[in-house]
Amino acid sequence: MKRRNFLKACLIGGTTIALGKTNKGWASGSFEGYPEAMGVLVDTTRCIGCRSCEAACNKEQKLPEPDTSFDDPSVFEHDRRPTSKAYTVVNRYQKEQPSGPVYRKVQCNHCNEPACLTSCFVNAYTKTKEGAVIYNSKVCVGCRNCMIACPFNVPGYDYDSATNPIVKKCILCYDTRLKYGKPPACVEICPQEALTFGHRADLIKLAHERIRATPDRYVDHVYGEKEVGGTSWLYLAPVGFDKLGFDTTLSNDPIISNVKDFLGMVPMVLSIWPALFSGIHLLAKHEEQGGHGHDTDSNQEDTKP
Amino acid sequence: MKKMIQHGLAIVDSPYDEDGKKRTLLNKLLLGLTPSQYLLQAFRNPFNWILGAIFAIGIPILIGRFFFGLAWATSGSNDYPWGLFLGFGLFAMVPLSSSGFQLGTACEIFGRHDLEPIERLALLNGLLGYFFAVMYLLADLGQPWRLPYPMVVSFGPAAVLFLVAWHVATYLSVQVAEVSSAFFEWIGFPAGKRAIRRITLGLTVSGIILSTLHQGALGALFTYAPGKVHPLWYSSSFQWLHFFVSSLPGGLCMVITVSTIAAKTMAWRGDHRFHEKLDKVTVSLAKGACMGIATYITIKLIAIAHDNKWAYLDTGWGQWFMFEIIVGFMLPLTLMTYGVHTRKMNVVRLGAFMTVFGVVLNRVNTAMITFNWKLPHREIPPWREVIISLTIFATYIVVYRFILYRLPILFKWRQQEQEETVPEAVPVPALGRREPSRVPVASYSSMTKLD
Repeated sequence: MKRRNFLKACLIGGTTIALGKTNKGWASGSFEGYPEAMGVLVDTTRCIGCRSCEAACNKEQKLPEPDTSFDDPSVFEHDRRPTSKAYTVVNRYQKEQPSGPVYRKVQCNHCNEPACLTSCFVNAYTKTKEGAVIYNSKVCVGCRNCMIACPFNVPGYDYDSATNPIVKKCILCYDTRLKYGKPPACVEICPQEALTFGHRADLIKLAHERIRATPDRYVDHVYGEKEVGGTSWLYLAPVGFDKLGFDTTLSNDPIISNVKDFLGMVPMVLSIWPALFSGIHLLAKHEEQGGHGHDTDSNQEDTKP
Repeated sequence: MKKMIQHGLAIVDSPYDEDGKKRTLLNKLLLGLTPSQYLLQAFRNPFNWILGAIFAIGIPILIGRFFFGLAWATSGSNDYPWGLFLGFGLFAMVPLSSSGFQLGTACEIFGRHDLEPIERLALLNGLLGYFFAVMYLLADLGQPWRLPYPMVVSFGPAAVLFLVAWHVATYLSVQVAEVSSAFFEWIGFPAGKRAIRRITLGLTVSGIILSTLHQGALGALFTYAPGKVHPLWYSSSFQWLHFFVSSLPGGLCMVITVSTIAAKTMAWRGDHRFHEKLDKVTVSLAKGACMGIATYITIKLIAIAHDNKWAYLDTGWGQWFMFEIIVGFMLPLTLMTYGVHTRKMNVVRLGAFMTVFGVVLNRVNTAMITFNWKLPHREIPPWREVIISLTIFATYIVVYRFILYRLPILFKWRQQEQEETVPEAVPVPALGRREPSRVPVASYSSMTKLD
């Protein structure tokens, strides 16, 4: 069902998906993202933890004033996660290492096949052709299934609001910038060029290029290239990603592939059960009329598929 | 109530009172008592005082949740978006409500008419369980007034929750229809009852379909979070089967539990048939539950073997898992099997209570306790969240009791089918219409002896 919607959207959007690609989509079950999708490459070896991206995001998205200012280093003492008041946070890792700490910017990774999107029962999420995963607060019921589903623990919920609580997360500055071809605010402000904005396909090439040019500087992995079906945000790291708080146990399949077993079973139950149980009813009735009594045999095993 | 019956009160079990006059709706609502008598018996019941205390504290807090927001009432955690309202209220109430479709199937599809004394209780148990699961959901949703959105405004048909929403909504209506035949008898609307009877088979079959799917779907919801649910409670291939299969003994044992409580605390309400057949029916239900539990334990172990998760058993989480499966499933299986064979009803009932506990623990474990097992902190629900959950559960008990007191669930409404078509203008004296084998009006003391 999901795939059909995706492909429909592709065709309607007038993208250049050829028939061959469509067939591949049906057959292989791996949507590799829109060809024009943009993304951001984060080079954690360049990040100095200045948090100017956090400040820029706060300003661009008109978020509330933070509890402490953006140059307060004390926030690094604990790992933080994105919330409804901060769409991006920078965490510090490897504090005791002689090579110095490593900083990691956390925000929505804008998956190719987002778990939040596939888990939403009112279709509040959209993956735009530019690669952003955006959210429609007008239809959100507030079940928070997206927060359960997100493998990166990104969406934050406005628990404080009684009348209009909504999910809040990074939207890649879609409304104000990405739509007009501009990079997100955090990328633009970064003084270290730790963040690179571009076509996702180009960024993957760039990332591998950097690893090849300076293999001592990086571990040979681009996080987000394949994880959960690929994400628009990609990361390079000087040490193992697990040491920087990344979940390295994620599968390369999108989250929805876990759910497909069940979704595939649904139409089968819908079509087989009526005949099966009406049939059993007829048999039972017949037997009754034939004078066979029922004794103590259990009724339960028959209700199991 | 017991005392009043000893003093010669005739309980309401037919449209006519002992003088052969037609009872009014008010009379039926007040259980045949005068308003002052009714209040007196309500005040005399200590359980009502406990309920009153819960409501006195809980209702203001429940109202406060809608004025001050979820952050005020619940943990409001981004890492644990589903707290007690869903972890307990939705995920535990729904499996305990699978009784409706199971007994419906047994009686209507397989023709097990010997189970009929309990069928209506099982249907009601299903309806109320679902209804209050939805109440918990409404307390939890950020914008509960948008609950119909997945039906009318915006569709996300690829989402498991979409399926749950549609199925629970449809199934609720199916269950309302199933239970309504008892209501039609009570209110005196035989045409309605006949209409329901005509579509019973259809209702029952749709009940099976919808239950299979959404009991499973509640499990499938967790397959969206493969890294967050602890591997021992997670199985990408079998999660929905685990939830579906464990809901079967859960629902049956819930009926055993409720019928036990009802037979003890409202013995006057059950009729001769109910009290006489209860043990036999309980044995049948327990047998069904045993098969369900045995299957559940097997598929649970298969899932562990399938993904080779044995190593996890040797951790703290593993011990907790073993506690759940031993105390919540294996021990009750043993107890019920033993009880059924030796006809020791107390042992059977103890096993059923433990199964209910096991199923609830399993759901709470999956949704809350072991959820986010990789994160360093556990979320302990704050007191307001606990109080609200308790308040909704107390409302569940009150509504349950209200209906059991009145509608012909535990007793047969004394009116024969053909007489329902008799125009109401010709009232037949009630005493004359009663079957001679039934308990005469004057001897309710014989029934109160049962408690």
